[in-house]
Amino acid sequence: MSNGPLSMPYREREESVTLERMEAPLAGTEVEPDAELFTVNMGPHHPATHGVLRLLCTLEGEVVRDVVPLIGYVHTGIEKSCEDQQYWKAITFVERMDYLAYYFNAYVFCAAVERLLDEEVPARAQYLRVVHMELNRIASHLFWLGTSALDLGAITMLWWTLRDRDSILDLFEMSGGQRLHTRYFQVGGVMEDIPPGWAAKCRDFTANMSTRIDQYEALLDENQIFIERLRNVGIVPQERLRSLGVSGPLMRATGDPWDLRKTMPYCSYEDFDFKIPVGTVGDHYDRYRVRVAEMRESLKIIEQAVDGMPEGPFITSNRKVALPPRHELATSMEALIHHFKLVTEGFRVPPGEVYEAIESPRGELGCFVVADGSSKPARVHMRDPSFVNLQCLPDMARGELIADLVAGIAMLDPILGGIDR
Amino acid sequence: MIDATGLELIARSVRGSLGEGTVRDTVHAHGQATLDVRPEAVRDVLAYLRDDADEPFDFLASLHGCDYFPKEPRLAVHYQLLSTERRERLGVRARMTVEDAEAGTLPTVTDLWATADFQEKETFDFFGVRFTGHEDLRRLHMPEDYEGHPQRRDFPIGGEPVLFTYNEHKVPRWYE
Repeated sequence: MSNGPLSMPYREREESVTLERMEAPLAGTEVEPDAELFTVNMGPHHPATHGVLRLLCTLEGEVVRDVVPLIGYVHTGIEKSCEDQQYWKAITFVERMDYLAYYFNAYVFCAAVERLLDEEVPARAQYLRVVHMELNRIASHLFWLGTSALDLGAITMLWWTLRDRDSILDLFEMSGGQRLHTRYFQVGGVMEDIPPGWAAKCRDFTANMSTRIDQYEALLDENQIFIERLRNVGIVPQERLRSLGVSGPLMRATGDPWDLRKTMPYCSYEDFDFKIPVGTVGDHYDRYRVRVAEMRESLKIIEQAVDGMPEGPFITSNRKVALPPRHELATSMEALIHHFKLVTEGFRVPPGEVYEAIESPRGELGCFVVADGSSKPARVHMRDPSFVNLQCLPDMARGELIADLVAGIAMLDPILGGIDR
Repeated sequence: MIDATGLELIARSVRGSLGEGTVRDTVHAHGQATLDVRPEAVRDVLAYLRDDADEPFDFLASLHGCDYFPKEPRLAVHYQLLSTERRERLGVRARMTVEDAEAGTLPTVTDLWATADFQEKETFDFFGVRFTGHEDLRRLHMPEDYEGHPQRRDFPIGGEPVLFTYNEHKVPRWYE
């Protein structure tokens, strides 16, 4: 410890922090030697950065020459905390990473643990998961649509989309008891069956929602300012995006129909009839169109899943993994023992490691879990799509106006809770 | 999906082109295939799998670190490859001791896939794996004057005093 950087007193150490690399001239940009470059710090507290994202922008006049995303302002060590939690308690932690797509975080973690346990999930539970994930996808896209339009100056959209998002949250509250971070998915199934009347309310919502999407499109698609701000802005070649590991709507906007729900189906997505919307040139306008079209496809999936919901249990009957039903506790000693073991110690998972990947609203959401045989995971890693996709922001923004950088962040749809974890 | 035989065939073709010692082991479990690769050879193996293999993998889906403490060698870096054409995944894993990881045994793959940039920084930040050849290896999530690599299993979970100007004399050398 004595020779490390910490052997200095705190004050000196703080002064020794250098910003040399950030202030150094940019490699690879073509700038006249006498042109004046101006470095502007944007964020971490800035309404257009969708969270605590800090961008170090180098400007030449109003043109962006380089952007360096600096992250870590909401790093909360969730991956580390998960290592100290039993598997069923870690679900609560992982949900809070990407806070707009909590059902997806919970699903991918549960699916990874189920794969480690070789646990079968009942068909009804799979359908319930699909319905909730697709509702969550719409909620996430609605929030994205509202805030993005707000960044571009269209304030009305925020109120309209949040109104519809609220009716989705009402459905979540009805089925899981919470509006956000519901922890509805369990290892082996879901927490509870949907209550009576839920399906009817959900159908009401889907019937309503397609008209609402028509209204949004009528507002935005014929708005000259909105179109001018998006069309032919922020184009990144498909090959470059693939090298950057970008997935999800950003990738599909360039015309690549890669969607894990279709290409590598999980959670019985192969049962449903839906299309993968793709764009043509890959500009901001295509990104907007792809997401809006995805909402319509999600509505189709929800309708099919609610109509074709199979009867049967909503969680696995394996008492070593899932809690026994409440009424059994009063009569069965065995159920009481299982209940006690699960609540105090949790279930043990045989040693192994898996990487599970699903399609979240932002792209490939991967979860890597290592089990060491105990009741706590030895490692949980989330491959968060926001984190990986953020790397394409400099490519999007270079050579464009700084106002388009704001549009770029909006169309990137980064969730800082997922980026920093 | 790659089955156990397919994995052995991949391992054989890698060994045939890059040398017998490059692939240490193959693991096929839970329907997922993983190659255990010597750390020095990781870049060559990944370049081979991307460009020259009969069945190439074009997409690096994820790169992350892992600590297998108390097993040795402790640290590992996982690469999740994906073939968008055949819809197959292949894991590549390089295990190494802490000393090797800090000495920079592992080469960077940022020149193969630009996506590795952030993820290698993150792995360096959390596990202290030094990627040789990475142009700008620095901490990503933790503050740059942070000491230690918090995702290692022997790094304790717990709080640390927050240093403000008013209390910096009161908690002298709290970090020791």
